[in-house]
Amino acid sequence: MKAGASPARGGRRWLWLANHKDAGTAYLVLAAIMFLVGSSLSLVIRSELFAPGIQVVDPAVYNQIVTLHGLIMIFGGIMAAFVGFANMMLPVMIGAHGLWARRASGPVFWMLPVAFAALLVTPFIGGAPQTGWTMYPPLIMQTGPALPVFIAAVCLTTISGFFSSANILVTLLRKRAPGMAMLRMPLFAWTWVVTAFLIMAVMPVLAGTMLMLGADRYLGTGFFGGPDGSALLYQHLFWTFGHPEVYIMVLPAFGLVSTIIPSFARKRLFGYTSMVYATLSIGLLSFIVWSHHMFTTGQPLAAEMFFMFSTMIISVPTGVKVFNWVATMWRGAMTFETPMLFATAFVVMFMIGGFSGLMSSLAPVDFQYHDTYFVVAHFHYVLVPGSLFAMMAALYYWMPKWTGVMYSEGLGQVHFWWSVITINVLFFPMHFLGLAGMPRRIADYSTQFTDFNQMISIAAGLFFAGQLIFVFNMGRSLARRGAQASARPWEGARGLEWTLASPWPYDTFATPPRIEARELAKPD
Amino acid sequence: MRLRGSGWSRAGLAVGLAISPAAYADWQMNLSPGATAMTHQVWNLHTAMLAICATIAIGVIAVMGWSILRHRKSRGVEPAEFHESIGVEIAWTVLPFIVLAAIAIPAASTLVSLYDTDAADVHIEITGHQWLWEYRYPDAGVHFYSRLAADSRRAELGVDGTRPQDVAHYLRDVDNPLVVPVHAKIGLSITSADVIHSWWVPALGGKKDAIPGRINKKWFTADEIGTYRGQCAELCGRGHAFMPIVVKVVSKADYRAWLKAQGGQAPAAADLPDAPAAPADFDALAASDALSRDEAMTLGKHVYNGLCSACHQRDGSGLAAAGYPALTGSDVATGPIAAHINQVIYGKNAMPAFGRQLTDAEIAAVVTYERNALGNAVGDEATPKQVEDLR
Repeated sequence: MKAGASPARGGRRWLWLANHKDAGTAYLVLAAIMFLVGSSLSLVIRSELFAPGIQVVDPAVYNQIVTLHGLIMIFGGIMAAFVGFANMMLPVMIGAHGLWARRASGPVFWMLPVAFAALLVTPFIGGAPQTGWTMYPPLIMQTGPALPVFIAAVCLTTISGFFSSANILVTLLRKRAPGMAMLRMPLFAWTWVVTAFLIMAVMPVLAGTMLMLGADRYLGTGFFGGPDGSALLYQHLFWTFGHPEVYIMVLPAFGLVSTIIPSFARKRLFGYTSMVYATLSIGLLSFIVWSHHMFTTGQPLAAEMFFMFSTMIISVPTGVKVFNWVATMWRGAMTFETPMLFATAFVVMFMIGGFSGLMSSLAPVDFQYHDTYFVVAHFHYVLVPGSLFAMMAALYYWMPKWTGVMYSEGLGQVHFWWSVITINVLFFPMHFLGLAGMPRRIADYSTQFTDFNQMISIAAGLFFAGQLIFVFNMGRSLARRGAQASARPWEGARGLEWTLASPWPYDTFATPPRIEARELAKPD
Repeated sequence: MRLRGSGWSRAGLAVGLAISPAAYADWQMNLSPGATAMTHQVWNLHTAMLAICATIAIGVIAVMGWSILRHRKSRGVEPAEFHESIGVEIAWTVLPFIVLAAIAIPAASTLVSLYDTDAADVHIEITGHQWLWEYRYPDAGVHFYSRLAADSRRAELGVDGTRPQDVAHYLRDVDNPLVVPVHAKIGLSITSADVIHSWWVPALGGKKDAIPGRINKKWFTADEIGTYRGQCAELCGRGHAFMPIVVKVVSKADYRAWLKAQGGQAPAAADLPDAPAAPADFDALAASDALSRDEAMTLGKHVYNGLCSACHQRDGSGLAAAGYPALTGSDVATGPIAAHINQVIYGKNAMPAFGRQLTDAEIAAVVTYERNALGNAVGDEATPKQVEDLR
């Protein structure tokens, strides 16, 4: 830690997290731990599914693991990591000294470890819900004494998410340096404007829905059951949260990739303005497609039609983004360092996940796809070789700035090729299983599904093992071993972060920087 | 696409997590077209959408791949300056809308058909339970429960060393299957007694959720006799993987016999539909030596509508203003049959001779048709033999 204000003394520094880089670090460390926990849970799932018959865990435990795998990966892994990147990078990217409410970061962050610890305790105090992350009643009402702990934990993550997003949104709106107009911000900042808005809109919905579940259980209100209640009401409320949540988990990835591809193509992002408008339209449309998760619930024909058409339409702005990334690469002068490799793979594999989503938008066909491994393949393509690959690209991209040393490019390339091969052997055959009729969330399966399941389980182990290369490579950088990184280690990189030394000072832009046109995402 | 083989089970053995590499079932990789007209429609939609997506994906990957190979710094290229193009961006916003509209229309039409649950021939009430299915035929008074078959249960628990691969249809077999007649429209009313389940037999159509406090409707018409297997598709607790569905599609007679054996009342045979009539094979009829009355009328109508109706009109009323006489009540069509046949073979005035164009059976059939349809009811029939004799 060099120039500028020095860090506060140990305890206080990490309690309040007043420095945005400390806050970002805390979120990223938490996310790393949660990715480890969540993927370990998935390895239990994959061991059980290696062969037909029950070998590893009882189906009741299996179901709890399915629930926790989903919640931990979504709230603890993907969301916490994106908030981490936002805390770490956004103030610097817009030339701000820090977040708008500096000391809010600490209390808001520390809710999360408490919440995830509580979630992970539930199997030992009577059992987590056996519902999957969607937590549908009436099944969730069969949860034992752990239910209130579980509900409290989910509510805590929503409160944390709401306030961290509020802080990010206000920072982006109010703390930009002079000359950093909204329509000149890096795309990552723009995607976070929309993401923060979505989080603030839907986290209260999830919290309210969870509290209604608790009220049904302990106060006898009967929102979701009994003579006046409706199990479908819960699903409508849940997916009012849940569909925007899907975009919450992928929009920041769009921002990261839109930052990285131009750097390595040495060419400005194609269609910056249309990217901003596409992000905004995706944000708005994400509120009117929720019921496509409910095509098989027997809702009226008119509702099926509406949600089928609205879901098809949301693929248009998403397609625009993919086309823009390809056009950015077109006639650039590309090099393929590790960040670019992961960003390129993101575009291709996110597109695969997008297309299986578009296929699922056709309601009469979704009656077949729904609740099968086809859908499991779909959202894992969007989230793992999608969002997770974008984060890996971003870590390789910014780690030299954070640590001042270059990661090992050789190990990075090995990590990339290992990951991109194993991830496709892991998730692609899930399409086949789903189309052949294997439902999701089953602890045991009919023997005709054995071969692909074995292939998937082996690939899951290999993908997981390959991440050790990544951990080693990043650990090496954190230990400051490696070649010295220059201030701008990527020739084509634009943005205020590259005007700082490597490693960057602990305290940056205490006075707003003079911004040169070259550093703006859209200078004219 | 179906591939056979069990290479990966051998790989599984190789990593030492021993299970038998016995040949499991096919490597099914795609949606099955199923056993109903609706599942065929759905399969067509699936295939069309898959083709659209694959085409666009290949296009994008091809352009990107070309760019990755060519537009590299190591090839000494200078990066271009362009970063927007209104025309291109409008094009790739508007074109997808058109493609989507083209697939949305047939999808909407299929959806409407799937929601048309009226006028079922057989009505069945289905109730999901943790973890079994309850079936009730209200009209026949038949009611029973359907649970996981005992041998699957033994294999799941490993009783007496039974393994999943030792039993037939592991986790896809039940003690009491649902039995329905072929060709009949089966109307299902689906609900649940506890938590949400979902009733799904892929070959007979998509799933429909069983939700407590709510009755969901679904229908299917199976075109082929056979046994179709599926399972609960909505996570419903510990036994979710262990509540299969088996539907036996049987003939009308077998269905009625089964209902009686269950102590129920079978509907009259006439209340269950027969197979839809196969389209007539006109070439075979035209070549035959003898025609039944039905065959003659079918073939005759086909010939009449194809050739004669241009002048005499479809209903036989003719076109007096143009000089084409009506056949309804005409002297030829209601007079002696030999003269009628003669006129078709050799023609008269404006009417061409059809003797060379038509076979004996076709001439006989059209004569029979003209004498017993189009408002005529002479009652007699021309035979191919008579035609042959008059040539």
